[in-house]
Amino acid sequence: MSEEVLYSEKFTIRGNDYERGGEVAARIKSVMKELGIAPDITRRLAIANFEAEMNVIMYADEAVLEFSVLPEAVRVVLEDRGQGIPNIELAMQEGWSTATPEMRRRGFGAGLGLPNIKRNSDEFAIESAVGVGTTLRYLIRLG
Amino acid sequence: MLLREVVDLIQAQVIWGAELLDTLRVPACFAADLMSEVLAFSAPDALLITGLTSVQSIQTANVADLPAILFVNDKKPGPQVMELARERGIPLLTTHLTMFAACGLLYEKGLRPGLKGK
Repeated sequence: MSEEVLYSEKFTIRGNDYERGGEVAARIKSVMKELGIAPDITRRLAIANFEAEMNVIMYADEAVLEFSVLPEAVRVVLEDRGQGIPNIELAMQEGWSTATPEMRRRGFGAGLGLPNIKRNSDEFAIESAVGVGTTLRYLIRLG
Repeated sequence: MLLREVVDLIQAQVIWGAELLDTLRVPACFAADLMSEVLAFSAPDALLITGLTSVQSIQTANVADLPAILFVNDKKPGPQVMELARERGIPLLTTHLTMFAACGLLYEKGLRPGLKGK
C-alpha cells in the first residue's frame, strides 16, 4: 500500500553556500505556516531543517531535501553527496566536531547539529557511507 | 518588556525596525554567539542578544521565532544581512555595551532567560 502524501516539495542545497544558509529552512517554515501546521511543530521542524541545511553547506557537496506532509506527520528526507561520516556514534555526541574556523564564525560547528536535529524529531535515522554521502530521515508527529 | 524600553535602557541604536519598537514585546532574552545553542535552548519570543552579524543570525531568529536581535560591542551587519532582516520583519538593534553588560542591565530591569520548556 502506498503512503498518502498531502504535500511534498524538493529543495537543492549546495555545499559551501554560506550566504544562502537557512533559506530552505525558512521556505519550508513559511509553507508550514500557510498549511496551518501548529507553531510548535513548525518551530521544531524549522530548527531541525536549519541544522541539517547548515550541515550540508559545511560538510557536503550537494544535497536534495524532500519535505513531505503526511496525514499524521511532517517528514524530511535529506540525501547528500559528499564525504560521509566515518563514525556516526561519535558525530551524534554533543560537542564532537570537525568544524573549521569559517564554520565557527558562522555560529555553527560546535558539534550540536545532529543531536539538535534528533532532539527536535519524534523519529530520526541516519545512514552514511564514507566518500559517498549521508542520508538523514526525520519526522515529527502532528498533534 | 516593549522593545522601545530595551532601546532606552541600554541606549541602543536602531539599525532597522523603528516602527516596530512600540508594538513588539520581548518577554525574555537569549544571549549567545553560537547559533546552534540558540536553536537548541531558546524559547520562542525571546530577544536574541549576540555578537554574530552573519546572515545566520537572522535565519536563526527567523526559524526559532525570536522577534528581534540586539548586537553587542557596537557590531553592525552588512547590507545583505540588513536586507534579509527587513524581508523577515526582524528589527535590529546595536549597543556599544558588551554582552555581559547588556544582559546585566536587562536582567536588573526584570528580563529573564528565555529557555525552551521553562
